[in-house]
Amino acid sequence: MSKEWPLWEIFIRGQHGLSHRHVGSLHAPDAEMAIKNARDVYTRRNEGVSIWVVEANNIAASAPSEKGPLYEPSESKIYRHPTFYDIPDDVGHM
Amino acid sequence: MYAQMIQSEASQDDPQKLAEFQARIDADIKIEPRDWMPEGYRKTLIRQIGQHAHSEIVGQLPEGNWITRAPTLERKMILLAKVQDEAGHGLYLYCAAETLGVSRDDLTEQLLSGKMKYSSIFNYPTLTWADIGAVGWLVDGAAIMNQVPLQRTSYGPYSRAMIRICKEESFHQRQGFDIMMKMAQGTEAQRRMAQDALNRFWYPSLMMFGPSDAESVHSTQNMAWKIKMNTNDELRQKFVDQTVPQAEFLGLTVPDENLAWNEEKGGYDFSEPDWSEFFDVLKGNGPCNTERLEARNKAWDDGAWVREGLLAHAEKKRARKTAAE
Repeated sequence: MSKEWPLWEIFIRGQHGLSHRHVGSLHAPDAEMAIKNARDVYTRRNEGVSIWVVEANNIAASAPSEKGPLYEPSESKIYRHPTFYDIPDDVGHM
Repeated sequence: MYAQMIQSEASQDDPQKLAEFQARIDADIKIEPRDWMPEGYRKTLIRQIGQHAHSEIVGQLPEGNWITRAPTLERKMILLAKVQDEAGHGLYLYCAAETLGVSRDDLTEQLLSGKMKYSSIFNYPTLTWADIGAVGWLVDGAAIMNQVPLQRTSYGPYSRAMIRICKEESFHQRQGFDIMMKMAQGTEAQRRMAQDALNRFWYPSLMMFGPSDAESVHSTQNMAWKIKMNTNDELRQKFVDQTVPQAEFLGLTVPDENLAWNEEKGGYDFSEPDWSEFFDVLKGNGPCNTERLEARNKAWDDGAWVREGLLAHAEKKRARKTAAE
């Protein structure tokens, strides 16, 4: 059995000017082939206008165990949301 | 189904962790690849997603059989697109399985050696063009029954793969029904072909859901883990209730003398398929088991020089680039 092609993570920009979004992964020998394969696997129904590919082992990710320290602090900062402030109706739309 | 008779794996895990894990699943919080999971959950999922992926890949063979003989250029293009979709579905699922720590080549080797299974349905031949209609209508129809609820499965990557697949699958069933409509409304000979296709694919389609598992411990565990969403009988009943009126619309007869509407249960009564045939097909004795595995092995072996060549080329390019820097 020969060596397996590396795994690539695929990101696609949809039609409406949004950011590239992760859609899945695939195996390919190099970046050029990864883009070609991504076009066949992930844009068969006109899903995208641009493709990014990143070799999976180049992605660093946060650990599930860090969930608390990373995201809990933002839960108590409700003043970051506009609905925290009572603006009288007389002021009009703001 | 595309994954049949999936046995759940038992594992020895910390009861505290197990309880937290189950609570997450009960609260419909998705499990992601790097989260803690019981070893049994991981192994069962690899088996189920792997078998599902293999089914998509092997499922290309009975349909590929008709690409060169499709009756019109339009039908040929449609069938090509459908078969390409099946390859895509296989790839989404292999990727989902890989997030559980199994390698793609590992899964491929287990398929090629016959260690891992694919759905029993793909061991039946497609003898006429009407069979391509029946496969889309009945086989993809049965698959959708199972895949729609699996979009809510507890494992994130599997759920996301199912969502993508379901978006594309409806085209498959409709193109099959479209073929059946054409045949059923065609000449007497075409109508007979359509009826013959229904006759041969009806019971194998019912077998896709697997034998009754209401009493099975594996089924109970897999349902608690939300990697199985309904019992086999529930899905089979739903499939029959949906399909019989469609057959009536086509003017075709479902090959079952016992088929009758049961007002009380609000569904059809119908005959069970021959389960000894099902187990025989799983054992490798279906009409096409040998042919299917041979075709997959040949494709893998014949493609080796391409896989190796492209990898060598990529390495050479990389080395040249490094040398230039």
